[in-house]
Amino acid sequence: MARDRHILGVLVENRPGVLARISGMFARRGYNIHSLAVGPTEDDAVSRLTIVVGTEAVQLEQIVKQLNKLVHVLKVIELGDDAVARELQLVKVDAGPETRSRIIEIADVFRARVVDVGLDTVTIEAAGNPRKLEAMLDLLRPFGVREFVRSGTISLSRGSRSISDGSRARIRRVV
Amino acid sequence: MRITGAEAVMRTLEALGVDTVFGYPGGAIMPAYDTLLDAGIHHVLVRHEQGAVHMAEGYAHATGRVGVCIVTSGPAATNLVTGLTDAMMDSIPVLAITGQVASTAIGTDAFQEADVTGITMPITKHNELVRSADRIRDAIKEAFHVARTGRPGPVLVDLPKDVLNATVEWEWDPDVDLPGYRPTVRGHGRMLREALELIGAATRPVIYAGGGLVRAGADAELRAFAERLGLPVVTTLMARGVIPDTHELALGMPGMHGHYTAIRALQEADLLVVLGARFDDRVTGRLDAFAPHARVVHVDVDPAEIGKNREADVPLVGDVKIVLGQLLELLDDLAAKGRGDESVPDVAAWRAHLAAMAEAHPLRCEQPDEGVLKPQTAIRAIHAAWGDDAVYVAGVGQHQMWASQLIPYSRGGQWINSGGLGTMGFAVPAAIGAKVGVGRDVPVVAIDGDGCFQMTLQELATAVQHDIPVAFCVINNGYLGMVRQWQTLFYEDRLSQVTLPQDLPDLMKLADAYGIPGFRVDRVEDLAATVEKAAAITDRPVLVEFRVDPDEMVFPMVPSGASNDEVLESAEEWHARRLAAAGVEGE
Repeated sequence: MARDRHILGVLVENRPGVLARISGMFARRGYNIHSLAVGPTEDDAVSRLTIVVGTEAVQLEQIVKQLNKLVHVLKVIELGDDAVARELQLVKVDAGPETRSRIIEIADVFRARVVDVGLDTVTIEAAGNPRKLEAMLDLLRPFGVREFVRSGTISLSRGSRSISDGSRARIRRVV
Repeated sequence: MRITGAEAVMRTLEALGVDTVFGYPGGAIMPAYDTLLDAGIHHVLVRHEQGAVHMAEGYAHATGRVGVCIVTSGPAATNLVTGLTDAMMDSIPVLAITGQVASTAIGTDAFQEADVTGITMPITKHNELVRSADRIRDAIKEAFHVARTGRPGPVLVDLPKDVLNATVEWEWDPDVDLPGYRPTVRGHGRMLREALELIGAATRPVIYAGGGLVRAGADAELRAFAERLGLPVVTTLMARGVIPDTHELALGMPGMHGHYTAIRALQEADLLVVLGARFDDRVTGRLDAFAPHARVVHVDVDPAEIGKNREADVPLVGDVKIVLGQLLELLDDLAAKGRGDESVPDVAAWRAHLAAMAEAHPLRCEQPDEGVLKPQTAIRAIHAAWGDDAVYVAGVGQHQMWASQLIPYSRGGQWINSGGLGTMGFAVPAAIGAKVGVGRDVPVVAIDGDGCFQMTLQELATAVQHDIPVAFCVINNGYLGMVRQWQTLFYEDRLSQVTLPQDLPDLMKLADAYGIPGFRVDRVEDLAATVEKAAAITDRPVLVEFRVDPDEMVFPMVPSGASNDEVLESAEEWHARRLAAAGVEGE
């Protein structure tokens, strides 16, 4: 069966150990995480995780159910193919006087920014979907990538709906 | 009013109606033990912390209330791990309170420090390290609530010593607010109707009744529902007794060592009505060959169980007691509209078929009139002596399977054992906890193996010290019997590390050492008189040793990993099958 990528948006109570509960559950049940990103939300008492999992549909349902069983998990949604999904990437590339301008040109094409210039390197910051970031990296590789780092995916649904619709009152009570 | 954190622990437990705790004191939990002296809570002092958590489980099994254990930090808390896992697997409501080193010392590898919330995260339904005294009341209250509601389970609250010593303003507030925890208890209307439609159209329906029915206290609802629709019922290892074994609809236990008819009924069924059960591998055998003709109505309070191992045609999330009540109401509504018959399947032929099968495939045991005592005969004698009202508590292995197969149970909670985790050593402490729960009037009998018994026998001292009159029956075959059975059948009789000499220790001297009456029987002709004498002692613990035929094996048996179609009723059948298979290969 195909192991598709699925993006889950998860609201959790902002409590010590909540990330360990979630990552531990994935590990012990053998679920495959591509990436996981955590951050604050509009509500101090609530954090939001974006988890990208590689799994078939039947298992996805089980993952969502197991997440919902965790007492500190408030809400789980699956973000569809049309959702906005972004990653952040920093790349440090070898750049001598003769290559620097060509590297900056590539960054421009991907609407990336040069955030640091050293004697023989430049560091580029880019945000986008994983395919775009991969494409930029491929073009930079021939110049010599010293190191790069990429965040997990974060994602929001398109349109006016939000993850806490219908559960706002209940989530507010966490405070 | 300001009180200490330790006082808040006791006041919260009192407010929650806890009157008994099982525990063992030590460094970090000492502030709580000091306030225990002034609290209206009975404390049972165990001999090993594993005993405390199994006692809490036994208490919860027998009463349906939350079992509470309290121990100190570090090694005491890690000694809870087996029992917490056991409670997690069998959905037993347990509250574990552990001491912890002072919050300032956490993370420094302090004396008797262990990351207990980290260690128990996968084996508890929930846990919390309490970081300030003003969280104590709510943490314990929430833990109690989570342990007993939804799918029950163990919850642990870890209390650092400085938090216990800090002061806090006290006021009781019974409300619990957990925004991320709202179990669904009522079934969905459309699914209820679809379930009845499937049942009405079935010709070979079976109720697959699981431990969830016992946890929900749904004996009466199950019986009413099964009788109303004429549905035969199999009861899993965790559900024995939830419909009386003497009931005409009861088929016995399914699974690896189940009753032949119960196993076959599931295989031949065209509809499974699954109530509070989880398609455990010991029930299903090879999953893709399990109940191959059956559609599935699956009722469970835990949504994650539905569709986990077997797809459900009608998923019904809810408390099984409430859902059965809803289904019965719906049947009343239909009957009022003159459509009562629509949901009643025509099962006459099916039930006649199952009855004939049960007749043709009884449990077999060849007991000579004199001499060697068969373990099955011992189990039957135990039931005859202690009776239909007693609670029976088993360890894990052959004796457990015989006790489950051979005793006719008549109510949920009457049979207590370690099902999911298969915890050897469960019986002695769990029986003590159960006896504390059910009180003087109901006999509690531990049926244990000689291997299991030696894992937790130190708790005999607890039973003696606290005057808890449990009958401890040890089925002594001088072997780690179930492992030996597998080695005999599946490893060419190459016995590896399974000998436990029958005289080691001398159980009569052991009984003597603990100051309790001890009885030994090793010949069938002495059996009845011995158990009668033992059962007559009801005011203190008693130890009865049954020296049984070491070669006896448990049948029926579905070999591990095999399809339930391959159920064996004897060792001869297995050997014949293997010879036949070898013959085919040789040609």
